[in-house]
Amino acid sequence: MGVEGIGASVVRKEDRRFITGKGRYVDDIKLVGMTHAHFIRSPHAHAKIKSIDTSEAMKMPGVVGVLTGQQIVDDKIGNLICGWAITSKDGTGMKMGAWPAMAPETVRFVGQAVAVVIAETKNQARDAAEAVVVNYEELPAVPDIRAAIKPGAPQLHPEAPGNVIYDWVIGDEGATDAAFKSAANVVSLDITNNRLVPNAMEPRAAIAEYNEPEEHFTLYTTSQNPHVARLVLSAFYNIAQEHKLRVVAPDVGGGFGSKIFIYPEEMVALWASKKVGRPVKWTGDRTEAFLTDAHGRDHLTKAEMAFDKDNKVTGLRVKTYANLGGYMSLFSSSVPTYLYATLLSGQYNIPNIFAEVISVYTNTVPVDAYRGAGRPEASFVVERLMETAARQLKVDPAELRRKNFITQFPHQTPVIMAYDIGDFGASLDAAMKAIDYAGFAARKAKAKSEGKLRGIGVSCYIEACGIAPSKAVGSLGAGVGLWESAEVRVNPVGTIEILTGSHSHGQGHETTFCQLIADRLGVPISQVSIVHGDTDKVQFGMGTYGSRSAAVGLTAILKAMEKVEAKAKKIAAHQLEASENDIVIENGEFKVAGTDKSLALPMVALAAYTAHNLPDGMEPGLKEGAFYDPTNFTFPAGAYICEMEVDAATGKSSFVNFVAADDFGRLINPMIVEGQVHGGLAQGIGQALLEGVVYDASGQLLTASFMDYTMPRADDLPSFKLSHTTTLCPGNPLGVKGCGEAGAIGASAAVINAITDAIGNNKLEMPATPDRVWHAIHG
Amino acid sequence: MSTVKLTVNGKAVSADVEDRTLLVHLLRDHLNLTGTHVGCDTSQCGACVVHIDGRAVKSCTVLAGQAAGSSVTTIEGIAKGDELHPMQAAFRDNHGLQCGYCTPGMIMSAIDIVHRHSGQLDEETVRQELEGNICRCTGYHNIVKAVLDAAGRMKVAQAAE
Amino acid sequence: MHQTTYHRPSSVDEAASLFAKGSDAKYLAGGHTLIPVMKQRLASPSDVIDLGKIKELIGVEATGDGIVVKSATTHYDVASSETVRKAIPALAYLASLIGDPAVRHRGTIGGSLANNDPAADYPAAVLALGAIVKTNKRSISADDFFKGLFSTALEDGEIITAVSFPVQAKAGYAKFNHPASRFALTGVFVAKTPAGDVRVAATGASQSGVMRVGAIEAALKANWSAGAIDAVKISADGLLNDIHGTADYRANLVKVMAQRAVQAAG
Repeated sequence: MGVEGIGASVVRKEDRRFITGKGRYVDDIKLVGMTHAHFIRSPHAHAKIKSIDTSEAMKMPGVVGVLTGQQIVDDKIGNLICGWAITSKDGTGMKMGAWPAMAPETVRFVGQAVAVVIAETKNQARDAAEAVVVNYEELPAVPDIRAAIKPGAPQLHPEAPGNVIYDWVIGDEGATDAAFKSAANVVSLDITNNRLVPNAMEPRAAIAEYNEPEEHFTLYTTSQNPHVARLVLSAFYNIAQEHKLRVVAPDVGGGFGSKIFIYPEEMVALWASKKVGRPVKWTGDRTEAFLTDAHGRDHLTKAEMAFDKDNKVTGLRVKTYANLGGYMSLFSSSVPTYLYATLLSGQYNIPNIFAEVISVYTNTVPVDAYRGAGRPEASFVVERLMETAARQLKVDPAELRRKNFITQFPHQTPVIMAYDIGDFGASLDAAMKAIDYAGFAARKAKAKSEGKLRGIGVSCYIEACGIAPSKAVGSLGAGVGLWESAEVRVNPVGTIEILTGSHSHGQGHETTFCQLIADRLGVPISQVSIVHGDTDKVQFGMGTYGSRSAAVGLTAILKAMEKVEAKAKKIAAHQLEASENDIVIENGEFKVAGTDKSLALPMVALAAYTAHNLPDGMEPGLKEGAFYDPTNFTFPAGAYICEMEVDAATGKSSFVNFVAADDFGRLINPMIVEGQVHGGLAQGIGQALLEGVVYDASGQLLTASFMDYTMPRADDLPSFKLSHTTTLCPGNPLGVKGCGEAGAIGASAAVINAITDAIGNNKLEMPATPDRVWHAIHG
Repeated sequence: MSTVKLTVNGKAVSADVEDRTLLVHLLRDHLNLTGTHVGCDTSQCGACVVHIDGRAVKSCTVLAGQAAGSSVTTIEGIAKGDELHPMQAAFRDNHGLQCGYCTPGMIMSAIDIVHRHSGQLDEETVRQELEGNICRCTGYHNIVKAVLDAAGRMKVAQAAE
Repeated sequence: MHQTTYHRPSSVDEAASLFAKGSDAKYLAGGHTLIPVMKQRLASPSDVIDLGKIKELIGVEATGDGIVVKSATTHYDVASSETVRKAIPALAYLASLIGDPAVRHRGTIGGSLANNDPAADYPAAVLALGAIVKTNKRSISADDFFKGLFSTALEDGEIITAVSFPVQAKAGYAKFNHPASRFALTGVFVAKTPAGDVRVAATGASQSGVMRVGAIEAALKANWSAGAIDAVKISADGLLNDIHGTADYRANLVKVMAQRAVQAAG
């Protein structure tokens, strides 16, 4: 590895603009003649709109327009869609209700937009919004899963009787039931996977501009995948034709899944910019983020695990109810099904698995992918069961896991996934060593003698990422392919631009992607630029989510690089009068092996563009593109162990130590990889200890600000001890697996396992707040 | 409307703004200093932290008029030309940022922390002192490292002056 | 926020006269309570009268038997005041726990007391220390000042000018943070006067705001030790009950925080 090549902890190129306040986020952009939008949102969880009177608002200072849901329907703007079709066990398709960008008739969650005011300033828009009179007829609401599935419950959508969207199954029910019948021991758990709010620190925002003579729209928006946004806005929402719409996602302040989706506000901003003939800006505030960004998780699960007399797992049976909220968000249907139940085998050899997932509508914010998306829920089920089983069977939790680890690869699980490679024992060993697992009993005893409750919790997670082989996901109902694209442009002076369909919103692509080029060509990363986030600049691409940018996006760049190198070698060979096969690339030079003859990259590039002396028949220029479609998912895995101490008097848990041993395959930039793990761990720990959405019985969101929704802060978290074990991913040439979601997937079970171990009581739901822990201890 | 006069990053500035204008909006919308961000509505997240007369404050919870006559320093005002402030450099060198949105407020708070503790900091103190700044990306691990690193660098820089 | 008119008077008298002229005026000191509610449009004063720059309202002074903290003194200035640290260290400690560092640079004691948030820290100190709240019209004893949730004895237009705290034989504060807002989920201030009288006040716990805790006062008067509180029973009746803490949990916290406050007081 060179100092800037693959494997080097290169300091990030993009940092300078962020640390000097020169980042350019959507809200930083001002356009000439720009107006400001403020949405009028439903205060009710479920209601009919009787009337909307905009006449007084129209007379308010600075108001340019007031637009309603009926107008957006009248203009034939399409309803929001869910892009992944799921088929119920009875063979019927999923039951999707209509979701207009602004509600014309019925509102189904608090915060749903019903109208928008466009005005010269943000304050004027908000002032005028108070003068819009909306008359509602309140309807009874169902704020959670249990209320939604009760017989006779209020119905949200006529399309979905009983509020059930689908009742989906995976695995072999008969074989699994048989495994339970012959089991020596059965462990069962009821699990609530708490609802979370992603809360990227930058609120969502959009600026839309319509160029009337060109009939062309530009949208600046906080997106993880601007091309997908353009495709959906044009193909499904009828706002503009694809070639008449440019979507730009500039610096984006975090996403965690929540900025994958195309939301009503972006649609309305685009539509309104044409209606009012002025650019329209909308910047959400934090309350709007709580009320409209897709939430995550929210499962109720009953899970059972069967063991034989040797403590080998023989079966796993899971029934999960998933809350999808008031409407089906873009990928909502896939999260509790193909991103969840397909990972229920965990790291273990489980011959029989059967899972049933029933997704329901409730009068809450739509739920979709949030960091990990289905896989944290699966990992939590499996790892809580393993821990509970160890306690019930009176065996060491680490050893019970080890006994059941998959050790032969490839391994086909009973739930679709074919694990390509891994060494689960190695990561468990590394984590146990890092935390001195062997010395825990003595530490616990010492803590006890000092009146303190100490516990240790293990979590061995696996995830499927590098999402995803297009053919495979297509056969499972996905509406899109999940390949990635790249273009490598070597400029006439030898500098290089990489155009990628991936999008960086904190992941460091502007550095790591350059490291690949430095590694291949031996040029400094300062000579390389990464271009992303603008549909006018970059060829169609699928964006960043599901820990896919290295495994899929970077591999696409590698494929394009290979083409560039092949052509450059031909040019160099021709210029140096050598055989193409003798050309080697070293330190930015094309050398004839075994001689002192060489040509620097800029000279090769110049030759390509002057085209004065190219091999016969060769096209001028040095620019190549590639599309890469992975052949399989990648399977990052690892072991997390956490040691906690609980203050019995207050129920407050504090960290003694948290260790993580991950296998991500090859690391491009270890510093950045570790940063991704830290962030993921914080979100997993946040779920376990702090975060949780609460709606009251009428569907009002009680946790609608940072005053009530507990975000992890610096003093809530420990410093983490990370290590890596490595099995190279055989599915892609770089051997990478992806690291963006691991922490969020594996951490929460480790924390809950540690606290329940400390307090000697397994009945504890997330978030394990001091109040809940205290009640678990004291009854 | 009032005319608000103050010093921002060493320069005297004046702006005609509605009395309801917050300092953060004066900076972002009227002075085009967009490095100071807004991440919440409840004075919790700290993305908007600037210094007023040398003290870290949340500019989303200060009326522009309250800052009249004061000296305000923002993220754009702490480097000396091309030379980064030691806290900026430490954030970069320790990978103390990812998406960058909380970073300006984080850096402004961190400088204030080091000043108030005369560079005498340990991990626990830094974690407690960062209570008013929320980051969703980093898990704070590298931010804490950066602040401790910068405390050392600022001490050295101070000794050299 | 709605339109408003901002004023910056240079004296208490000028502030009071501006208030009288406004149709619906409000005082602002640090602004860390008023501005957030104005941003949410839950308060829409016609006039905002800034007390934060009035010199006569800023500073801490030692008196013979106590200290006077002027009303526009920030939490940071109280927490870092040598005078406060020497006379009543528990008060400086309490100020150092309010909000976060940036909030402490702006928020003031007068603003906190006038707002009387049921989970604010200062009311616990003022009540337990038997402080006197001084206004531009009169002096009000702590026992008379707090009138329940967000309610005080202050009359319309009355300005808190200072708070006078008597020194104690012993004083301590322990706070259990609200996990999200960082207000007190429950905070308890314990104080023992030189004459041996004991006062204990809890914030964050009661539905009617800061409260004296008679049972703990009696136990500590008999025996100033954390152990003396072991046998005290705190009823959950009338305590706050929300998603972050049930009433019985808060009842427990009143006891546990009182014990820790006694330990801190020494």
